[in-house]
Amino acid sequence: MSVLELRGISKVYGQGPAEVQALRDVDLSVDAGALVAVMGPSGSGKSTLLTIAGSLEEPTSGQVLVEGAMLSKMSRNDKARLRRQSIGYVFQDFNLLPGLTAAENVSLPLELDGVGARKARAVGLAALDELGLGDQASRFPDQLSGGERQRVAIARAVVGDRRLLLADEPSGALDSANGDSVMRLLVAACHRGVAAVVVTHDAQLASWADRVVFIRDGRIVDQTSPPDPESLLEPGQPSGPSRW
Amino acid sequence: MSVRHALLAMLSEGPKYGLQLRQEFEARTGEVWPLNIGQVYSTLQRLERDGLIEPDDAADDGPQKGFRITAAGEQELASWLRTPLDLSLPPRDELVIKILVAWQLPGVDVREVIQTHRRYLVELMQQWTRLKEDQAQSGLGFALAVDAELFRLDSVMRWLDTADSRFRHAGTGPPVPAVPAMPRPRRRATVRP
Repeated sequence: MSVLELRGISKVYGQGPAEVQALRDVDLSVDAGALVAVMGPSGSGKSTLLTIAGSLEEPTSGQVLVEGAMLSKMSRNDKARLRRQSIGYVFQDFNLLPGLTAAENVSLPLELDGVGARKARAVGLAALDELGLGDQASRFPDQLSGGERQRVAIARAVVGDRRLLLADEPSGALDSANGDSVMRLLVAACHRGVAAVVVTHDAQLASWADRVVFIRDGRIVDQTSPPDPESLLEPGQPSGPSRW
Repeated sequence: MSVRHALLAMLSEGPKYGLQLRQEFEARTGEVWPLNIGQVYSTLQRLERDGLIEPDDAADDGPQKGFRITAAGEQELASWLRTPLDLSLPPRDELVIKILVAWQLPGVDVREVIQTHRRYLVELMQQWTRLKEDQAQSGLGFALAVDAELFRLDSVMRWLDTADSRFRHAGTGPPVPAVPAMPRPRRRATVRP
């Protein structure tokens, strides 16, 4: 079943000569358990696609469905609840609240959703533990490394029962080993049934996805076929490793 | 050639047989580069001919011939390890040639040609990443070999992204008639170990 479905999404900013068409007739469907990467250069519309998918912004035309529910038919309150309960966001610059500890950052969305403080804290700690950050729970964001901060941000994004994870350049300025561990966490969330969309210009990051969609000038122009790792290590294959 | 030097490196740890060398080579390179036993024996013959290894007389008489490294071999190995590869001259890259040709050819959308190659590269990278993901416990050698492949493909991808962006900004007008010659980097006379 599709957790996220975009149907004929277009987005126009400005009017007249200042008009910019950020997205043009975009269709995209992401099933439960799937990790989809959207690749494109700066200004291609990929971040707009993510904010519209996450109901942070309205499309000019087209429909967004999250778990079958059409966002355009929801009230403001229902949309806010959907964002709190079903959608997790991971941003390039982590967006952690500096005055809260790692554990408080992770349990905040649950508390905002009416979960009692004690229970929210327990769930938050468990999420941090799972990402190997149990001993950093009472540290503040500025006491954590970039890689640790992003893991806290991912714990916050997956805490509770989120069904859709949206990530914008989630490995940001992290080095490649830390970028790998961020992607491993997203892949693990997908193995638990979460649907995830990652937008990035980085091919190494995108290559963790089940499907890579290419966006250019606001349009989806191409996508990859499913990977088949078995074909790689066959000697003599054109796709085999480079020889010494 | 590095199979030659990889064998020398393994022999510098002590005398070994051909079959043993093949197994160790594959284990150390994460089994990403399978090595033919014939290639091992022909490389050992050339190393012996060049005086870099010699038969190991101390080995038991048996069907397999053991080898050990010579002083000249030790010297060759030390020099190879510390000599940077000669990367000063750009290789004749078929992809670069293809994109430059596509750009100049009437009726060809060079950005479409670029996209075809990008999709292929990302599909390859997905396969390598999947191997890395599935075989997280396969050891450091495997992870490093896969990383090397991913970085190599990524560098090609970045060049294609840059080319795409340059073509986008340049518009799709008629191609420029003459391509200026690529400046040749000066080649260093010698590389000191």
